[in-house]
Amino acid sequence: MQSVKQLVEEQPQAAEKQEEYLLQVSNLRTWFELKRFGLFHAGYVKALDGVSFNLKYGDTITVVGESGSGKTTLLRTILGLAQSTGGEMIFAGKKIDKRKDLSWLHRQVGFVQQDPYGALPPFMTIRQILREPMIINGVPKEEQERRVREVLEEVRLLPVDDFLNKYPHMLSGGQQQRVVIARAIVLNPKLIVADEPVSMLDASMRVEILELMRKIQEDHGMSVIYITHDLSSVRYFSEYVFIMYAAKLVEKTDVESVVKNPLHPYTQVLLNAIPDPDPDNVHRFKEVPPGEPPSLINPPTGCRFHPRCHRFIEGLCDVEEPPAFEPRPGHFVECWLYK
Amino acid sequence: MTKDSTANATATSTPDAVAANRPLLKVEDLHLYFGTSFGQVRAVEGVSFELAPGRSLAIIGESGCGKTSLTRGILRLLPQNVSKFTGRVYLNGLDVMQLSDEQFRKQIRWINMSLVPQAALNSLNPVVKVGQQVIEPLLIHDQATKEEAMERAKEVFRIVGIPEAFLDRYPFELSGGMRQRAIIAMALVANPVLIVLDEPTSALDVLTQANIMNALKKIKQDLQLTYILITHDIAISSELADEVLCMYAGQVVEHSSAYRFYREPLHPYAQKLMASVPSLREEKQPDFITGQPPSLFNPPKGCRFAERCHKRFERCDEEPPLFAVGEDLVRCWLYERS
Repeated sequence: MQSVKQLVEEQPQAAEKQEEYLLQVSNLRTWFELKRFGLFHAGYVKALDGVSFNLKYGDTITVVGESGSGKTTLLRTILGLAQSTGGEMIFAGKKIDKRKDLSWLHRQVGFVQQDPYGALPPFMTIRQILREPMIINGVPKEEQERRVREVLEEVRLLPVDDFLNKYPHMLSGGQQQRVVIARAIVLNPKLIVADEPVSMLDASMRVEILELMRKIQEDHGMSVIYITHDLSSVRYFSEYVFIMYAAKLVEKTDVESVVKNPLHPYTQVLLNAIPDPDPDNVHRFKEVPPGEPPSLINPPTGCRFHPRCHRFIEGLCDVEEPPAFEPRPGHFVECWLYK
Repeated sequence: MTKDSTANATATSTPDAVAANRPLLKVEDLHLYFGTSFGQVRAVEGVSFELAPGRSLAIIGESGCGKTSLTRGILRLLPQNVSKFTGRVYLNGLDVMQLSDEQFRKQIRWINMSLVPQAALNSLNPVVKVGQQVIEPLLIHDQATKEEAMERAKEVFRIVGIPEAFLDRYPFELSGGMRQRAIIAMALVANPVLIVLDEPTSALDVLTQANIMNALKKIKQDLQLTYILITHDIAISSELADEVLCMYAGQVVEHSSAYRFYREPLHPYAQKLMASVPSLREEKQPDFITGQPPSLFNPPKGCRFAERCHKRFERCDEEPPLFAVGEDLVRCWLYERS
């Protein structure tokens, strides 16, 4: 039997020498095979195609992209729920490639799902839900109860005794999402991955939940990967923003630069399309690029945004895939304009 | 209510000359309760408003505030367990609450008022071609032969911006944005005067959302339609709203012009709601509303927002009526004298 603390501290070599990065991902690929008919091979859905980034201890990254851009696959691959087909992932100094590593990895990572109601088993009480991860990971019984109360206090489900024996359906959407967050942090993970944690909640509650997550993250020095399609909430939550388009991270930078000085044409149109509450909006039409995101089975050659891009350079953008350029320190963009 | 030039520009179906200034839709003291095994849910309580032709009204509020029930009541698309449904709804001066269900179906629904439902992506029948689904209202109301209806369907597809060839496709062959447009085409096909849009873009991506909003704006300009838009996304609501009706716990708490509502809302709830909108471009820390909306089984006496209100005072134990502030209405004791 081990305590939560031991569980977390017990990790190979990494703890000895202080690593700068918690998670290093290089050239990660996740391709899903399409149906195969005998020898005939139909191809792949390239849901993640050459993604690289580094996440420092205690930092927050937001991945923004449209549906179908591969952001959920990125998260599932990091969690080991989808098998990567190429590339490398190093977590806390340890290379993750075998199945055995995965169970170790799962202990270090907390997951906050999108739909709180779907994520909580309807027939378990809040106490049972929160104890489950500890039972699986062999935390002593006495400590389980103490830890359950601790995390419930942390997510502000107070007074704790009112909630312990309730079932998920007895809680409101915001409270359910708090339980999901509590479950994600119960093992004291180093990394939290959150897949659109507030998209199912009311606008008035979203900020509250995001602030709660931010506070927990700062209190415990956790790193967070936050996935969303809502750029306007990013600003209050994270340091870095990655913009994802058609299975690639097209722009990687800090929040201020993405809001004030977006470089990639896709980021520019995306920012432009986000409304602010303004009565004059009624009289204005938004500029929106034509077309729709490409199929990931057969993505366009060259830059994947070129068929919709208004600054497209003929003979370059449609032929060769742009590598990541760094026009300003720390600001990476995959676009030929910044060669 | 505000009267502007668009109201005069819209031709109403009645020859009445006074019609120009008459509201297209007038709702008076609408109550809608649902009976459940736990008691009565008072989803809509005493809602009244007027809407001039050619204007668009955004109904906003948190989930469970009764905004969807209100429009379902107006359209009479009600579930079985309604326990109380009273009040008056006038469309172009005609009291539609007096009509029987069958008369309402024949004369009003889809011909005069149509709906773009929530979760429109799941509203199409997966085994019927899109074109067949779009012409269905015309065939059911005997407004056209199949050929004429197909012609009309092509026309509305052009209006909403889908290639005609898509009429022959099945819903799964269309992307999310295209399906949403097809649903809008379906709402337009019988030439209604009023369209209720229930969260028309909530499941869509930002770019698609902007596209659909552009399309809806253009349709409104070209066809002189009247919209009721239901949403909890305040930023999106400002794309279409001329007026805003803010609901809380089954009641109207504020009904004001878009200029008032988005710049300086009156009701403390509306103020908090506006403050909770995260902004990409402005430096501001968004606020949130603590606590939860009251239960609709047994709503509190007095002001329903008092529990969560930062400006609460003694008066709030009594239920406030709607006070007029200029041309706008607000349900809050703070405005008693103004």
